Order: sequence, then structure tokens, then C-alpha cells
Amino acid sequence: MAVVFIPTLLRDLTGGRDAVEVQGANARQVIEELERACPGIRARLLDGERLRPNIRIAVDGRIAPLGLVERVSPASEVHFVVGIAGGLGPP
Amino acid sequence: MSESTYAVVGTRPPRHDATDKVTGRAHYGADFQLTGMLHGFILRSPHAHAAIRRIDVSKAEAFPGVKAVVTSADLPESPEQMVDIGEGAMPLSYIRGNMLARSKVLYKGHAVAAVAAVSPHVAEEAASLIEVDYDVLPCALTVEDAMRDGAPVILPDLRTKEFGEQTGRPGNVAEHFRHVLGDAENGFTEADLVVEREFRTATVHQGYIEPHATTVLWNEDGHVLVWCSSQGAFTVRKATAAVLDLPVLRVSVTPLEIGGGFGGKIRIYLEPVAALLSKKSGRPVKIVMSRQDVFEGTGPTPGSHMRIKMGARKDGRITAAQAYLAYEAGAYPGAMVAPGAMCVFAAYDIPNVVIDGYDVVVNKPSTAAYRAPGATQAAFATESVVDEIAENLGLDPVEFRLMNAAKEGTRRADGPKFRRIGCVEVLEAMRNHPHYRAPLEGPNRGRGVAVGFWFNVGLASSCTISVNSDGTVNLLDGSVDLSGTRTSVSMQAAETLGLRAEDVRPSVGDTDSIGFTEVTGGSRTTYATGWAAVEAARDVIGQMKERAALLWETDAASVEFDRGVFRAGGRSITFQELAAQLDETGGPVVGRGAVNPSGAGGSFSGAIADVEVDPETGKVSVLRFTAVQDAGRAIHPSYVEGQMQGGSVQGIGWALNEEYFMSAEGAMLNSSWLDYRMPTSLDLPMIDTVIVEVPDPEHPFGVRGVGEANIVPPPAAVSNAVYRATGVRLYRLPMNPVAVMEALWQKESEPGGGSLHSDAAA
Repeated sequence: MAVVFIPTLLRDLTGGRDAVEVQGANARQVIEELERACPGIRARLLDGERLRPNIRIAVDGRIAPLGLVERVSPASEVHFVVGIAGGLGPP
Repeated sequence: MSESTYAVVGTRPPRHDATDKVTGRAHYGADFQLTGMLHGFILRSPHAHAAIRRIDVSKAEAFPGVKAVVTSADLPESPEQMVDIGEGAMPLSYIRGNMLARSKVLYKGHAVAAVAAVSPHVAEEAASLIEVDYDVLPCALTVEDAMRDGAPVILPDLRTKEFGEQTGRPGNVAEHFRHVLGDAENGFTEADLVVEREFRTATVHQGYIEPHATTVLWNEDGHVLVWCSSQGAFTVRKATAAVLDLPVLRVSVTPLEIGGGFGGKIRIYLEPVAALLSKKSGRPVKIVMSRQDVFEGTGPTPGSHMRIKMGARKDGRITAAQAYLAYEAGAYPGAMVAPGAMCVFAAYDIPNVVIDGYDVVVNKPSTAAYRAPGATQAAFATESVVDEIAENLGLDPVEFRLMNAAKEGTRRADGPKFRRIGCVEVLEAMRNHPHYRAPLEGPNRGRGVAVGFWFNVGLASSCTISVNSDGTVNLLDGSVDLSGTRTSVSMQAAETLGLRAEDVRPSVGDTDSIGFTEVTGGSRTTYATGWAAVEAARDVIGQMKERAALLWETDAASVEFDRGVFRAGGRSITFQELAAQLDETGGPVVGRGAVNPSGAGGSFSGAIADVEVDPETGKVSVLRFTAVQDAGRAIHPSYVEGQMQGGSVQGIGWALNEEYFMSAEGAMLNSSWLDYRMPTSLDLPMIDTVIVEVPDPEHPFGVRGVGEANIVPPPAAVSNAVYRATGVRLYRLPMNPVAVMEALWQKESEPGGGSLHSDAAA
């Protein structure tokens, strides 16, 4: 299963865990699975069906150019990072 | 640099636009002319914070020669939305509010109204007749001012966000975020030495020589045509269309030559205003900023307030680090504190880290990107503490950094692991450089070192290549050329096609002629647009193989291509020979490349600085400076060296002189080149450069972006050198003569204080 690293300010939704293992073939599925395990986290990441502005998904250390449809493998690391208002987003 | 097996990559051909640049033929924003063109002038707020009670433009409208006057009332109303402005998203209301103030002005220089007239002077004179009734409000000019209880509220609707959650807390803190890795508290208990220091840096400007300039025609067919100086035509199109509530198809942007940007020409300031003036007058309108407009009305880089705490064992291992970073966003949210937080400890493998970042609005111009945005402030703080720890542990400062250097697999505090990076190689190049071991003789002299990091980005780029009958090619891409990228992109196409650099004729397209291309920023153009050129060249080769196969009555799959020659079944034909036969083999060959790479390899940079401090005046003179940077692969080494030198000079200016010197009422008191002291060639030695090449494993040629990381270490390196020269550490930028003398006087007044000393052993 992919390992999703939980941003510090969202760990109140994961019981303090800094990483959660979930299944999912792409980033959207990973978030839906994460929501099942940790209710409330979806709303912190998505605005409707889209990623919140200035939140980016990184899969295996790189910003996912395909966003929510970026493929995720069982060995992947998934991070949610603060996008950069005022600067270009880091990979 | 490594030995290269390439024929073009790594060589130093003349840049394709050199002649036009040196003869003055190149067309910059202010050079552009259209028949019947009017000139615009923008009236700006004299107050840093004030409510607008009333604006009366009647006298300006009646002034002879005036053709149009606009205020925020002329901007369209449309539902709030987030607009991607090429540097992250921003609410449309903020973008419009910065274009022309609505109910409040938020900084001195905030645009309030605009006039179009038959000459710039008539427009300026008429603008002075606009009556604005202000209710002046108290202002907050620094993050410390803006974060204290009872601070003036700058944006009444602002509530602090914490990773997607509205906390409901009003005030001037737009965003707070935190990164945690390991257990910092425990890490500090493992340390034998803990150093905690507080730092402040001033607001500084990118200082591009060419002011913002635009010409806009709102055509009779409803199409808006823009000719401007910017870092990205597509971003100008997107933002202009959003502000004017138009479909992007109704806006066309032609990028003109750009006289420097450094991140500051990504946002737009003038285009929608000129468009509204053009719509009202029925004539094209040009607006060119003055230098004062540029300083007061465009986005500088944030001032900051930072605390850094680091702990290390006696054996030299850093056990924990903590950072508090509060950056000035200016009038609207969007300080570069997020990348600052991602870079603050990026050079080190530290197991236990806590980083808190705060994005704070203040009554200054809305800040914008500036070369590795956010990283230079953070590195000044971290590298000063690292230097202090190394000294207290009795370790060589470069060796101490090497002992803790980040490498492939190091997990950053913000989460992801580094892939292949060149931090160690850069530090080794510094340690091995003759400068580092050279004796530094004379009193009041010192040597300092520092390292810095910037992520670099990939993002979308498009390129087409058209083959000419003589075997030359025309290359069209969408990247504004800030620094010779026409040539660095062309060289990658030439290498792929087996041509010479001069066989490629590059052009930068407008938004109607080339596929979407992101801004020239994030050190991305040679990396990503170069990659698009390689893809376009590969497309050309594929099509030309089919032509050769047609001539040779064989399968295209059997045709091979190497260094400009097609071969199959013992036959061969050169690229040029085959290009001459395109007409009879099917017609034109046009290759296309469109990429959106996501894994740009970050770049580390290092600096070695020798300084001399005048004990009578506090003036710091840079005696010798060496910049070291990982370029991945230097496509055109001269341009890489130029970037390293330019970034170093800007970093030195940031260190020693540059600042927005503000009155208590929020007025910038030094908004001219004379008073905003940027270093010139007379102030500096030759900047020596060392290009390190740790190729990015994914890029076709191993390129890493080189435009930004070089500005990150110089302020810390200079500060560490000043300490070695004087025994006094400065925790605030700029380290101008006043700051240095105050620090020296304070040292002398302390028990045991004494005169300057010389300690050259860096």
C-alpha cells in the first residue's frame, strides 16, 4: 500500500499519526481511502472535486503534474505540500 | 566541469540575439509604437493605509488632450475565483484590488486611477487634477508590527488559514503552516551545543534595469492585443483575461524583449489598466513606469523576522533544528515563506526538525518572486547559526557542513526525500578551491562561507522546429528570453539534430503562435523548454527517417540517425542533403515538442567571500568572491557563469546595502537608483565561478536550472566574513555602514570589548 505522509497541521485528524498506509491507484483514490480511514481530511485537501488552491500533491518526491489523476503505486510515497503563492511550486 | 562528449552542448557559441542587443535594434517594452497611440499615467496613493471616501476625476477628464480616465469602478465585477497567475493562485479580488484600489489603499504607491492622453506629460498633469478624499489609517510595516495585538487590520475579511482550514482568527496572518520531522525536543537534549539566534531582513527589490512597460489595444472587434515586457506571455494573457472577465481567446500577448525580471515581471500591474483606457478612448495606450513607480508599485521580496535554533554534538553531528519564519507578504497574502521553509535546512541531513511559517500582510507593496524566492532570507539565518556552531565546536566550517550535508535519500523536513543532488560535490569544490586555502592577510579582513539551495521547477513548455531546404531549422518556443535561453534551447536542438548552434534560428512566439508555455522563472527554461526542443528535434528526426525510407524504398524503422547522418542498408544521407529533398518526399517537416516535466533536480550553490571592514566608517568591501554551483550539465558555460555572477552580485547587494528605507508613515524614502544602493562594477571584484556538474538523471542532457540558487548563500557568506573580520556577528540585513558601526560600538561598550581584530582562518 502507498504511504501517505500527513502534514503536521492535519495530524489531529489521524490521531497524531504522521503517516497512513492506504490503497489507491491514483491520488484521488488515495484521498478517498484516506477519508475513510480519517474522516474529515478530504475537506482539508479538496475544494469540491479539485485540490484546494495552493495545496499540491507530491508522489515519490515530485510534484504530480497530473494532480488528482496522478498514478500511485503500492510502493509510492505521497505528500501534500503547501503550494507557493508568490513563487513557483517546488518539485 | 566534466569532460563532454557532446559537439554543441558545453561549448560557447555567440548568442543568437547578440547583435540586436548590442546595436540597440532589440525592441523592449518602451520601444513599441502604434499609430494613434496614447500615453497612460497612473495616479498612486500617497498614504500607506487609508480608506477612499471619494474620487473625483472630472477635472482630469476635462483637461485638454485627455482621452480617458479610469478608476476601479471601470473594472468588471465577477464572482470570486482563484486565478493561477504563474506563481501560485491568488483570489481575483486581490488581483483586481492591486490593479486599481477599491475602497482602501494598502500601501504608498497603490494604484488609484489612470489617465490616457496625447502625451505622457499631459497624462501626468491631468492625473494631478484627480481629487481623492482619503481617511488616513494607522499602518503596519513589519511582521512584528502586523502580528502584535491591536495591530491595524489591513484586510478586514482576512482569517488565518492552517493547511486548508479557516481558523476564523482575524488579523494580518494569512497563513500558518508547520513541518515536523522526528522529535526536535529530544534532538536538542542530545546536543552538546545549542545555538539560537534571531534575524531580520529588509524588504529588497529585484532591481531590474528596465521598468515595466506595456502597450494595449482594445480592438474594435473586441480583441485585446498586448505588447509588453514580462516573464511569460501566457501568464499575462491569463491574468489580463481574468481581471477583464474575458475568455483567454479574446486576449493576445506578444512578448517583447525584457530588460531583467528576476521574478518581478511574472505578475501584471499595467495591462488591464491600459486595456480599460484603450476601450474608453478607442486608441492604443502605452504605459511605462518610472523608477519610483517600480519601487513603490510593484512587488519586492519580503522582509522577514526569523528565529533559528540548532543543536549539535561534539562530534559535529547536527541533532536538531527549529525555525520560526515570518515573512512580509505586503498588501495581499503570498509571501514566499513556504519555499523559505522548504529551503531553510535543505542543505543538511537533520533527523529532528520543526519549522513554523507565517505569511503576514503589511502596508507595503504586494511582494513578488525574486530569484529563489524566500530561500535567501532563510539561508542568511541558518548559515549564520551553522557558522557559529562550527566555530564553537572548533571545526572547519566547510568540513562541518560536509559532515551534515544532505544527499540522495535525505528526507526533508517538509516530507519528500531528495533524489540525486549535488550538495556534497559543491562543498567539496569549495573546500578544494584555491580561494579557500589562500592566506588572507591584512587587518580587519575575514573570510566567510555559506551554502544554499533552490528547488527549480519543470512545468509546461512548447516548441516547434521547421526544417528549411538548406538543412537549417527555425525554432519557435514560448519562453521569454531573459538570459540567453534562445541559444541554450537552440543548442539542445542542434545537438539532437547533429547541427551547429548557428544552424538554428530561434524565435520567441506570441500566445497566438506557440503552444502554452509557463513563465520564464523557477530556473526552468533551459531545463524544460530545452527538453521541449529536444522532443521537437526527435519528432523532426522521426519524420525525416520516413523521408529517407521513402527514398531508399525501405522501412523507416530500419533507418538510423547519428550526428546529422541518416543510414540504412549501407546507404547514408546527411540531414542537409535530405532537407533539400523534402519537397519531393512529401513537403514540409515540422517537429513539435510539448512537455510538462515534474522532477526538476534542485541546485545547490556555495559562496566563499573575503571582506575588509573599515573600522572608521563601517563600510564593508568585498575583496574576493567565489561562487560554486551545481548546474547538472552546463549547456552554455558562459551563460551559467553569468547567472552565477549575477546572482552573487544581487546577493551581495542584499547583504550590504539594499533595503526599502521606510518612514514611520510607510513611505519609501529611497525610491531612486541614487538612493537605493545596488552594487556596481566599481564596488565589486571579479566574481570567480566554479561549475559543478552532477547531471539530473532524467533530463536528456542532465540539465539543472541555474538561475536562482546562486543568490542564496552570498548574504550569509558575507556576514560570516564580516564576523571573522570584526568579531561581531550581525543578525540583520543589510549590513550597511550604520549597522556595522552600531554593532562595533556595542561590542566596544561591552566588558572585554575591544578594537577590530583580524582572523583570517575561515
